[in-house]
Order: sequence, then C-alpha cells, then structure tokens
Amino acid sequence: MASTVLRLEAVRKSYAIGTPVETEVLHGIDLQLDKGEFVALTGPSGSGKSTLLNIMGLLDRPSTGKLFINGAETSRMDEAQLTQLRGQAIGFVFQTHLLLTAFTALENVMMPMLLQRGHPDELMRERALTLLEQVGLSKWQNNLVSNMSGGQQQRVAIARALALNPSLVLADEPTGNLDTKAAESVFELMRKVNQDSGTTFLMVTHNVAMAQRCDRTVDLVDGMIVSEQKK
Amino acid sequence: MNSLLFFEWIAAIRFLREGRMQTLFIISGVAIGVGVIVFMSALLSGLQANLFYRLLSSQPHIVLERPKQVVTPLHKAGPGQQLLAAIQTPQQRVSSVDQWQKVRDQMRLRKDILAVSPTVTGPAFAVKGSSNQAISLTGIDIDQYIKIVPLHEKMVAGTYRVTNNDIIIGTQLAEDMGMQLYDKLRVTTAGGANRTLTIVGIFDFGNRSANQRTTFVLLSTAQNLLNLAGAVTSIDITVADPYAAETIAQSIASETGLNALSWIASNSQFFQGMNAQSMSSMLIRLFVGLSVAAGIASVLVVSVVQRQKDIGILRAMGGSRGQVMRVFLIQGAVVGLLGSLLGSFFGFLLLTAWRFGARNPDGTSMFEIVLDPKLFLFAALIATFTGLVAAVTPAIRAARLDPVVAIRG
Repeated sequence: MASTVLRLEAVRKSYAIGTPVETEVLHGIDLQLDKGEFVALTGPSGSGKSTLLNIMGLLDRPSTGKLFINGAETSRMDEAQLTQLRGQAIGFVFQTHLLLTAFTALENVMMPMLLQRGHPDELMRERALTLLEQVGLSKWQNNLVSNMSGGQQQRVAIARALALNPSLVLADEPTGNLDTKAAESVFELMRKVNQDSGTTFLMVTHNVAMAQRCDRTVDLVDGMIVSEQKK
Repeated sequence: MNSLLFFEWIAAIRFLREGRMQTLFIISGVAIGVGVIVFMSALLSGLQANLFYRLLSSQPHIVLERPKQVVTPLHKAGPGQQLLAAIQTPQQRVSSVDQWQKVRDQMRLRKDILAVSPTVTGPAFAVKGSSNQAISLTGIDIDQYIKIVPLHEKMVAGTYRVTNNDIIIGTQLAEDMGMQLYDKLRVTTAGGANRTLTIVGIFDFGNRSANQRTTFVLLSTAQNLLNLAGAVTSIDITVADPYAAETIAQSIASETGLNALSWIASNSQFFQGMNAQSMSSMLIRLFVGLSVAAGIASVLVVSVVQRQKDIGILRAMGGSRGQVMRVFLIQGAVVGLLGSLLGSFFGFLLLTAWRFGARNPDGTSMFEIVLDPKLFLFAALIATFTGLVAAVTPAIRAARLDPVVAIRG
C-alpha cells in the first residue's frame, strides 16, 4: 500500500469566528493524498478550493480538524515549525506564477534552498540548473523573470516548487492564465515530473478535460467533497 | 555562515535596486540631511575653536589677586539693639599679593597648571609732547608671560624681548600718538614717577581697546613706576585644561585665600553665547536627523506594501518571519549608509567651497575648518543606525504579514 503524504480529518474552516457574520467555508473535509498521486481538485468558484489549498499548504490553519503531513500532526506546531515544514515538504505553483521579479530565473529556483540554508553553494546552483533543464529553460537561466512569457514563468515556478524535493506540490490553477498550447505543455511537464520522481501533485483546475487526465478527481461544492472519481 | 545573512543581504539589495527611483530619491534625501549635518558641525566647531583660541590667547586662564578690601564695623549690635551705621565700600588701591613668591612656587608645583607668571598692573599716562593717553602699564616676566599670552604671535613690528628701558605698545596707541618703532615715549604715573622708554615692539591683539590701552614693560620697570617695589598685583596662570579653569580657580582660592578669577567666570556671557549656539545647532541636527529617519521609514512602509506579494512568496517558500524582517532592516541600514556616504561627500564639497569662498578682505581664510575624518565616520554610523531604527516598524509590519493575504495581493 502506498504511503500517505497528506491526510485531512474532519477539517472545518470558519471566518470571523465569534461575530454575527461568522461563516463556515469548509464543512468537515476528509481527504487523503498518497505518494505519487496526481489529483485534480475541481469545483465552482467560491466552493472553498483556495481555502482548502491554503490549509493543505500550511499557509492557513483549520478551525477544527486535523492535518497530517507525512504522518506528522500539525495543529500543535508553532509558526516557526510550520514555516520549516512548509519549506521542506510542500512546493507551490500559483495561478499567477508569483515569482520574485527582482531575481533571475535561476535565482528564483534557488530561492527555497537559499531560504532554508541562508547562503548559496555550488550544489544549490547545480540542482537549480538541473531543474531548469528539466522544464526546458536552461537557456534562460540568467534572465530576469519579468522578461519572460507567462508559460515560461509558470515553468520556472514549477522548477522552484521542486527545488527542495517536496513530497507534495500544490498547484492552484497553474494553467488558468495560459493559452491552450502553453497550458498543455505546463500540464504535460507536471505529469512528467510526477511520473519520473513520484512527487505527489494536487492541482486545482476548472479544465474538465485536464482533470479527467489526472489519477483522481475530487469535486468540492460549497465546502464539502461531493464526489471522488478514481481513474 | 548563516550569521552573514547572505539571503537577507541579497534580497535587500535586489529590492532596493528594483525600486530604482524610490531608492534614488530616499538616498538623496538622506544625503542632503547628512551633508547639512556634516557641514554645520564642521563649520560650528571651526568657528568655536577659532573664537576660543582668540579669547584664550589674549588672556590668562586664571588671575590671582589679593582679596578685595572690606570694612567691618567696629561695633556690633547687641541683643535687642539696632545699630545705625552707613558702611562705605572702600576704594580698591593697587596693592600687592602677600608673599607672592611663596604662592608662585606653590602654583608651580601643581600638576594641573602649565605656567605661572607674576605681573604688576597699574594706570599710567603715555606722554609725547603735548599729547597724552591713559594707558595700563603691565610689568611682566617675559619668559613666563609668553606661556600665558603668546605675545610673540601678536607682534607686528619689533621684538617682545624688553630690557629695563623698553616698552611694547599696541598698534592703536602707536597710531593715536603717531609713534613708530624705536621712538621714545615718556610714561608718568599718578604717584609722580616718570621715565622715558624706547618702543621696541608693537603688537596687535585684534581688539581696538586692548591695542590702545595695554602696554608691556619689564616687571622691575613697572614696580619702580608704580611705586610697588618687590611687589606684584596679580599672578597669571595657564592651566592644562582650559575648560577646568573654574574648578581649578576655586581650589586655588581655598588653598591660598586669594581671589582667583577664571576666564570662564570673567567671560560668562561669551560662554552663554557659545552654549546657546551649540544648543541651537544641536536642535537643528536633531530635527534634520528625525526628518531623515521619517523619510526612510515612510519609503520603507510604502515598499512593504509594494512588496506584499514578494513577502508572501518568500513566506510560502519557507522563508521565516525573521528572514523577512531582516530583509527590510538591512534595506533601512543600506539606505542610511549609502545616503551618509554620499552626504559626507556632499558636505565635504560644501566645506571645500566655503574654505575657498569665505575669506577675509586680506585673502586669508576667515577661520580654519578642520575636516575631521571622525566626523564623517560618526555621521556614517549615526545615519546607518538611524536607517536601521527607522526600518524597525516597516520590518515588523512585513514580518507580520499573513502569507495568504500577501499572496492574494
């Protein structure tokens, strides 16, 4: 049986707790992601996908319920421990390819490693170069990311997400802002990384065709998982 | 290696570089502030040093005199009695310091005193033909006295080395009486003594009344003319630390029972003026410093808002609050440091321009401005520190940003 990378147990999330406008966004989510899976998270706007993604990415905490990352329960961890775990275990790819515009492609890919260790070394560089090569951008390594196209930036973001060899990559509509061709190639790239390295992927997407090409589709509506389909 | 904060430095410098205009403006702002502070400080310390030198080089640090003569009523009021008496302040005659040789030797033993010079001073008339002028006759021991007042630096003609029949006078007296070097001058005193002396030197104290009134003769000459054989009217003293003159004067007064008047006490107005000047320049510097700090802080606050997304990315990628905070602290310090370097250069240019521009009519510089490297170092340190302190609030704000909110923008 494949090992579990992430597990959610009865996770609820409310905003404005204790005020008259208290709203519960997630109503008890149970979800498990196994190693090597490529999961699509679908659902209409406002269904709580981003909130769920932020909780899984340790950027936000659940109001109640438990979150296990690689077997470790996270509710008792303090801010610094969460930051540490986030850096090591999780890679992010955002919809709007959020890169640091003041840095080159290579430096952006090195950034998670740099943040972890504080200073650069040759190994870091080599790793970043390998990753850039993997996403087909080794020629662009010294370009400022602000001078690159949307598709290229998203590839840099994927390379960056993989920098610390995370067990899980969370991708929030990674192809949402790209044209069909670029979207296809970015998806192909993630799928390839997933198959080659066994990294687990969770991808939020509105693209039904793309979702159907994933190992599993999780459909979220109004803060509840309404259906799960396995291929 | 972590202690070098490599990541923080790189990120701080990249962020500053990316925000070109903003960075340039705030660095110029800091530079102008630092430049003004450097210029003002150097100008003021040059000016004050010059004023102090002028004042101190024309008078002793401490003058010892015989205590003032006082009257004490013969009868004292008994219990239940009221004494009706009019007490007149006695006139102060020119009179000698008791046992002045002993006092002089005692003073020479003190470590805080550099030079001791007994002098005889009294009123006299300078007479030439039918014209005469009231003068102050000062009898000095020349070798001792030049350690008190650097006469040799003040001479405009002739020599300060006098013999028994010589006199040194000021430029104004020479002009008033139409006299030149080696002319004869008759000096008479109220006691009836008179003597004809040769003018061997003319000095300029830079002060009209001193140049008109003050004259120097040998101690023995003055003693003869003023009818004070073997006596001195005051003992002039130079101390090692001019600013401690008042304390030393008080200790001498209690040690000898003489009146000890320090230059600080006799120039209290000058000191008040100096203090007021220092205080106002201090305030100006403080406010310039504060406005520099406010400038840095406001630019960084804006930068935190602009960098919100970047901060969110850094946090999402495992960057700690401490790392984010230090990135902004370093930005503040770097802005302070670069601004102060540029400002020091700017201040240096201003001072150089001043040195060339501000001159006396005769072409000599008005006063010497010393460009002290310490001043520049100090300005750089203070500005860097100010930058760091100014960055604290923005840096804390940056560190506290919720990554979820930050990424959403």
